[in-house]
Amino acid sequence: MRKIFVVSLGFILLLSSYSAAEETIKMATTTSTYESGLLDYILPPFEEKCNVKIHIISVGTGKAIKLGENGDVDIILVHARKAEDKFVSDGYGVNRQDVMYNDFIILGPQNDPATISGLKDINEVLRRIYNAKYTFVSRGDDSGTDKKEKSLWSKAGLNPAGSWYLETGQGMSATLRIADEKDAYVMLDRATYLFNKGKIRLKKLAEGNKDLLNFYGVIAVNPHKHPHVNYKLSVALIEWLTSGECREMISKYTINGSQLFYVDSRE
Amino acid sequence: MDYIIDGLAKAFKIIFSLDKEFLLIVFTSLKCALVSTGLAALVGVPFGIVIGHKKFIGRQFIITVLNTLMSLPTVVVGLMVYSFLSRQGPLGSFGLLYTLTAMVIGQFILSFPILCGLTVTAVRSLDRKVELTTLSLGANPIQGLIMLLKEARFGIFAAVIAGFGRVFAEIGVSMMLGGNIRGYTRNITTTIALETSKGEFSLGIALGMVLLMIAFAINIIFAQLQRNSKNCLCIG
Repeated sequence: MRKIFVVSLGFILLLSSYSAAEETIKMATTTSTYESGLLDYILPPFEEKCNVKIHIISVGTGKAIKLGENGDVDIILVHARKAEDKFVSDGYGVNRQDVMYNDFIILGPQNDPATISGLKDINEVLRRIYNAKYTFVSRGDDSGTDKKEKSLWSKAGLNPAGSWYLETGQGMSATLRIADEKDAYVMLDRATYLFNKGKIRLKKLAEGNKDLLNFYGVIAVNPHKHPHVNYKLSVALIEWLTSGECREMISKYTINGSQLFYVDSRE
Repeated sequence: MDYIIDGLAKAFKIIFSLDKEFLLIVFTSLKCALVSTGLAALVGVPFGIVIGHKKFIGRQFIITVLNTLMSLPTVVVGLMVYSFLSRQGPLGSFGLLYTLTAMVIGQFILSFPILCGLTVTAVRSLDRKVELTTLSLGANPIQGLIMLLKEARFGIFAAVIAGFGRVFAEIGVSMMLGGNIRGYTRNITTTIALETSKGEFSLGIALGMVLLMIAFAINIIFAQLQRNSKNCLCIG
């Protein structure tokens, strides 16, 4: 009998350790932002100030927006302007703000079989990879990076398909790892590149085109659509992300001496 | 080869320095698996005893269903529970998606058929004569049932441990329903997946070792139980 008592006591203790004391909000964000480690750097001051715990769910932009539409998260931090605008105009999101930007780059094998090294014109880069039918690894997960890549292909008038075009359906780092193992071309954001630089063999081949800029925006989920969301804290978080103090932190965030994200009001 | 050795060295450092994040991850895995298996045992074992003991129409069908559910794919459970718990789903108003509770629900569904099914097997495999003898010696049906349970206890323990082993090592449910939130729902298996995708091996290896050690411990207990139950049968 005593054994049963001890076991059930332990069980109750385990169950009771569930109740969280502080307030929490859920933020869906992209794998590229999350894996860069930036959020672990800029969010703790806010968490401390407002005595809140931010639960970060790291998924692609497409999924993050879906989570927002369904009201499964309170706030999203994503990078796909068109989809963001649709999210707001459909009434799911409010108070969209620019947060930061960086750019996409193209990596490829050391010997560069499609000879794209140094090219500035992204259309030409994609055309050469397309013509060479050399392995290209795509996210294929409807993330911000994936949307961007797809839009670049269609802008160049190309329809990538075939055994050379691989869609991983995974996050940015995982996709980069697959590209690296397959010695393939891949498009990725600069933050993920810098973060993984020492761990891959692929070489940076093309960059520096205006078409490749990558803007991140934050949007609160509309409380009129989903009354249960924590709108007050979401707004406070947006205020923090766009505050001078946080912007300075973002600018100062570096990995191996390279800056990952830039803050600048565009438009 | 270097990165594996390097990863191993760092892994040992993480384990022996009792890194806070590492401990929290292990604790999260243990907590969810213990709670979900515990709840599944509370419901599954009584069910299993009834199904194993009583004869009724449709019994064989239920047993077949239970056996099928034992190999339920974790991602299917993840998908089903996700669609129910999402704010758009029927249970959305509880706001349970991406919480520990959601993981426990998913893991409960995973371990329940195993617990229930193996309990049925344990009860059925008992010698019917034990109960009949007890009854013929003047025991009432309740006492007869208690005698039966005493005989089956090792098999039931084994069922609980098998259920625990399943949920402790699964990733589908944890990833889809927990969301791999750092410091909250991140557990051993989701961390290993994340760290591997990031190309970081040390924390993954450290956690892999913990997972292996716990699986090893579970199997030792399992083997011990089986030996005990054999001894018991000899005496009985």
